[in-house]
Amino acid sequence: METLLKTDGLSVHYLTRRGYVHALDGINLEIGKGETVGIVGETGCGKSTLAKTILGVHPPKTRVEGKVIFHKTDLTKLDEDSFRRIRGKEIALIFQDPMTRMNPLMRIQDHFVEVIQAHDNVPAAEARRRAEEALTSMRVPESRIRHYPHEFSGGMRQRIMIAMALVLHPSLLIADEPTTSLDVITEAQILQILEDLKESYGMTLILITHNLGIVANVCDRIAVLYAGKLVELGTVSEVFARPLHPYTQGLLASIIHLDSKGLHSIEGSPPDLLVPPAGCRFHPRCPFAQPVCQESIPPLREFTPGHLAACHFGEKFL
Amino acid sequence: MKIENLKVHFPIKRPLIQNILSHEKLVVHAVDGVSLTVRPREILGIVGESGSGKTTLGRTVLRLLEPTSGRIELHGRDITHLGESELRPLRRQMQIIFQDPHASLNPAMTIGRAIGHPLEIHDLVENKEEAHDRVLQVMREVGLTPEEQLYSKYPEDLSGGQRQRAAIARAMILRPELIVADEPVAMLDMSIRAKVLELMMQLKQRHGLTYIFITHDLATAKLVCNRLAIMYLGRIVELGDAGEVYADPKHPYTRALLQAIPEPDPSKRKKKDLPQGEVPDAVHPPAGCRFHPRCPVALRTCGWEGQDFLDYIDRRSLDPVLEARERLSVGREEDWKAEGLQASRKMVKGNEAGLVESVTHVMSEAPMPMSQALSKVSVVGETVQVEFQPPADLQPKKIDDRVVECLLY
Repeated sequence: METLLKTDGLSVHYLTRRGYVHALDGINLEIGKGETVGIVGETGCGKSTLAKTILGVHPPKTRVEGKVIFHKTDLTKLDEDSFRRIRGKEIALIFQDPMTRMNPLMRIQDHFVEVIQAHDNVPAAEARRRAEEALTSMRVPESRIRHYPHEFSGGMRQRIMIAMALVLHPSLLIADEPTTSLDVITEAQILQILEDLKESYGMTLILITHNLGIVANVCDRIAVLYAGKLVELGTVSEVFARPLHPYTQGLLASIIHLDSKGLHSIEGSPPDLLVPPAGCRFHPRCPFAQPVCQESIPPLREFTPGHLAACHFGEKFL
Repeated sequence: MKIENLKVHFPIKRPLIQNILSHEKLVVHAVDGVSLTVRPREILGIVGESGSGKTTLGRTVLRLLEPTSGRIELHGRDITHLGESELRPLRRQMQIIFQDPHASLNPAMTIGRAIGHPLEIHDLVENKEEAHDRVLQVMREVGLTPEEQLYSKYPEDLSGGQRQRAAIARAMILRPELIVADEPVAMLDMSIRAKVLELMMQLKQRHGLTYIFITHDLATAKLVCNRLAIMYLGRIVELGDAGEVYADPKHPYTRALLQAIPEPDPSKRKKKDLPQGEVPDAVHPPAGCRFHPRCPVALRTCGWEGQDFLDYIDRRSLDPVLEARERLSVGREEDWKAEGLQASRKMVKGNEAGLVESVTHVMSEAPMPMSQALSKVSVVGETVQVEFQPPADLQPKKIDDRVVECLLY
């Protein structure tokens, strides 16, 4: 498969009053054209940082090391002007809560016109025509184009967000918890839309979520982040059937679904990334931890073709 | 607790001018005729989507909101209209845990003080030492340890799970009998939800608590609740034993909810047959069964009305071919006005017959139950009217050990 995006030793350090927070540490991830990759992990594990770094948006004084290669360009080296040509046009983002991402005083059509004209030199009428087309494809009646954001339901707003993200035909779509604020039925509707996009346009999608049920239903591959480290990577069917990292095992066990017989959880909480634990970052919470886990950092190793995990004892779970 | 035909309606605030121009009184029908019994020491789940009225119901039974009509009984005593001074002693027996512990804990109050605050309010302790001891005791009980250390921390120093434990401790310190838990784990990471739920189960066992567990998550509800009440737009559509509701869901809405939950098993991927659209607004809830516009097995008598016609032509406009043809003949959704069973459109004189014909044609292509429910398309003065037959009477029905509100039964 042709690679669309590749991160190479990507590390991100945020400067806070207390010092540098090591939000991402040496992430190597390749995303193929037309693929859907789910990025999972608890709050504070670096999921959203990864999305922000790909899009080149972070707070001032953030240190970024390593590369993000997109279409042969290293995005981390781009200046703001060149990045602006890629952001939205080549790589689009949809957020958790569409309401906070729209201007309440602007009609839907003006949002679209603004987005389109920022990248393409077209008259407003042409921009509006494209907007109507994008809306209809998301099953939002085009007659609503003159309405304001608050006049729509949550699911409708998220569909408008998706339409807006797609109107410039980006090659990569990043969805950061796109259904978290929606109800189950609406969530399932939105997921079906994302799935249709995959099928009909061959869209490449990075789906960031804490809900592993969604990953199981929508994604081809899954990347598990823990405390800024990539700890497991593989196809969805492999990882769900045979999770090799104890953290992934814990995450899978703690899903509450209709066939759950009991309650499981992972002891403790993710570490403070100002001073991450030595050795394997998961060792303080790991039920299988050995002395070696406190001392040496387990490398990400390939256990079966395409299934990688960063655990000293990954073989045990094969 | 016994709840009878409870209604909670919120008036909509409008600018004065609109009130003068329109005499229609607009209210949100948040809870619209709910009857329930909460049994001692059970966990009753109230399950529904946002806008179903589940939170309003939870707050109203604790009398945190004023009911519009109906009756709430606690141990046989009518508490529907008790004043604040009479309610005060009862509040010790009934506590609430909110969804967002970050919002429900005062950021300027230490955890210890926040947990002990109810003791001060209800004047239950002799002195500071006694309060301090009781706070530490309840902190140990909910697993907020080391308790001496955490006592003087602020909410922002705690993790999400610890904050929710603090909120539970604050509810528990008064030794209540009934706790309304409003989405107590929805804001927490999956990996720690189980711990908080386990804690709630332990507390229930130890103190014989009764919970009203409000959630949108049917999977969690199935795991922790004894009985489930499924709510949709202010009504309970199904009520029964949790295991049975899951094994054999009766109401089409319950079935839709169950089906929509993503299963964490990639080998069981399948295209879902989802209900269309979203929950309509509660200012003008649909006639008849409120789920009828989205129901896959709706009948002719389920409550088809003017608004359904508007929604139908709106959906048709998504098809570019139909849109081009019908924009001029039938008109757009905004050309029509819905009022009760009717939808109407003002016409230029002479064009009525054509419109009647177009509408009749479009209705013949409508989904079965809706087209069957059509009463007539006619010209009345300068308007063309689409009229539907009145819906059948819908009441909650007892089937086996279940209460279901659906015309299929």
